[in-house]
Amino acid sequence: MFGYLVRRIATSLAILFAVSFAVYAIFALLPFDPAALTCGKNCNNPAIIEANRIRLGYDIPFWQQYIVFLGGLFAGRNYGEGAAAINCPAPSLGYSFNEHECVTTLIRQALPVTASLAIGAMILWLIVGITLGVVAARFRGRSADTASTIFVLIGTSLPTFLTGLLLLVFVVIKWRIIPFPSGNYTSLFENPLEWAQILLLPWITLAFASAALYTRFVRNAVIETLSEDFIRTARAKGLSEKVILRKHTLRAALAPIATMAGLDFAALLGGSILTEKVFNLPGLGRLSLSAVVEYDLPIIVGATLLSAAIVIAMNLIVDILYAFIDPRVRVAA
Amino acid sequence: MIISATLVVVTVVAPFIGGLLGIDGRERFPETLSSRGMPIGNFGGISWAHPLGIEPGIGHDLLARLIFGARISFFVALITTILSIAIGVVAGIIMGFFRGRVDSTIGRFIDFLLAFPSFFMIVALSLPMVQRLEKSGIAEGNTARMLYLVLILICFGWPYLARVIRSQVLSIRERDYVMAARALGASNTRIIFKEILPNLWSIIIVYFSLSLPGYLTAEAVFSFLGLGIQPPDASWGLLISDSIKYVMNEPTYFFITTTSLVFVVLTFNLLGDAVRDALDPKSEAS
Repeated sequence: MFGYLVRRIATSLAILFAVSFAVYAIFALLPFDPAALTCGKNCNNPAIIEANRIRLGYDIPFWQQYIVFLGGLFAGRNYGEGAAAINCPAPSLGYSFNEHECVTTLIRQALPVTASLAIGAMILWLIVGITLGVVAARFRGRSADTASTIFVLIGTSLPTFLTGLLLLVFVVIKWRIIPFPSGNYTSLFENPLEWAQILLLPWITLAFASAALYTRFVRNAVIETLSEDFIRTARAKGLSEKVILRKHTLRAALAPIATMAGLDFAALLGGSILTEKVFNLPGLGRLSLSAVVEYDLPIIVGATLLSAAIVIAMNLIVDILYAFIDPRVRVAA
Repeated sequence: MIISATLVVVTVVAPFIGGLLGIDGRERFPETLSSRGMPIGNFGGISWAHPLGIEPGIGHDLLARLIFGARISFFVALITTILSIAIGVVAGIIMGFFRGRVDSTIGRFIDFLLAFPSFFMIVALSLPMVQRLEKSGIAEGNTARMLYLVLILICFGWPYLARVIRSQVLSIRERDYVMAARALGASNTRIIFKEILPNLWSIIIVYFSLSLPGYLTAEAVFSFLGLGIQPPDASWGLLISDSIKYVMNEPTYFFITTTSLVFVVLTFNLLGDAVRDALDPKSEAS
């Protein structure tokens, strides 16, 4: 077990390192001059550009830039010298000239929004998906099953951004049930009611498609488990259908769901660009999208690296949990 | 099954029929628009001459526009699906059949690709890559945008199938009939093409019918974000993102464009399910 853990963590770190280098290299080698962009669109003062280039550290070859970048991640980084110097404490992901802010600070502001969005949506789709899936499997072939099948079909066919737009158009604009999203965000600890009101539609939007997928998955898993020998044994013992479903079937059927949910959650934490754009939420997705539009290189690199790191870490956690549950994995890996 | 198959045929063939009948999505009908640029008449100006109404602002016939746009949307989705499946199958077979060092090298590369936040990379790279494609003289304007979209979607699309194929090949190559073929002195090429590939077709077909609507949606999503095809050409994503602007005044336009997309995606999903049920005796549960 210990050997497996060490091996798995080492691979993850290696992949994270490779991805970080690739992301850095791809964006550094693009035909964009980050220093020229600091000076505005109609700027033709080469002296300012050169000064900014040196100040931001873009004057050295890109592999050296990468080493400096890695150093900044652990030790923090200073830009410029003397009184005008800007300090980004560790973990520094760079400094955005457009926003006049350290990238880490920007991400720290955006992350709670994205995290609230992701956690709420996941709770919603797990509840809906598991309930519908179990009900459909329990009443297989009956009207409840048909209804869930229709839900699955609609959910998997409707693209996320359309769900969001439809909700926005009807619930907010036509029926005026919820005020128009202002682009502001209230933290859960300041005003829980307003927080929930702002996030309600984005939660539904994100959860809709995933709930449909999970319904289908849970239904098939439950039906498959119900045909296993140990369920027949339980029935033969005279246990009630309810106990069989709750104690014997669900436990076996839901283990793979945990894996799926972990990975989907990681993907969401990286920023759900579409939902955040439709509902104008100041999360990671919107931060990175606006960075792309303005070509704000440090933010792009920082946000990409963060979401890659989250995905890799979640993969690792899921794999390790699996190894604990299922001893065969340890041998195979 | 029959219903969905018919629908698929209709959606695929429609663009070509449109071309044969001489319908041009760029033709304008200014007389159908009011002075404010909105279609005259109820429900987005639906009439016998324009069965789905008129596009506000410019005054294209919406049905012609949809058919015209379907060409680009389907072209992007089809090319992406076929090429990513081709790469995925080849890589999967190589990994599963030769195992060892080849397998672990490609496997690590797949891990590496899957760790990328692909959606975000597509958005981030779109502007510079399209510019680079234009500068290098390979393609221009919308062709360059299409080319970029196809290439990058393939780049992030093939690893999923490669993994599935690999695990299938790993189990197939140990079966008795492969052993028998090898004992008879069959070459690797023969075993791959005659013994292993035929067993993979069902997976490939199912994957095809499920990933085509996925890429169709992807094209719509990137057009919605302003990274796809630009006017005067049309794609469904472009039509949808255009119709959003008029959603308050001309909801019909919005509903027709979005319903078309959802309808086609639904059709392919149904087809995929039907094919899976027909080919896989185990999936009776679904």
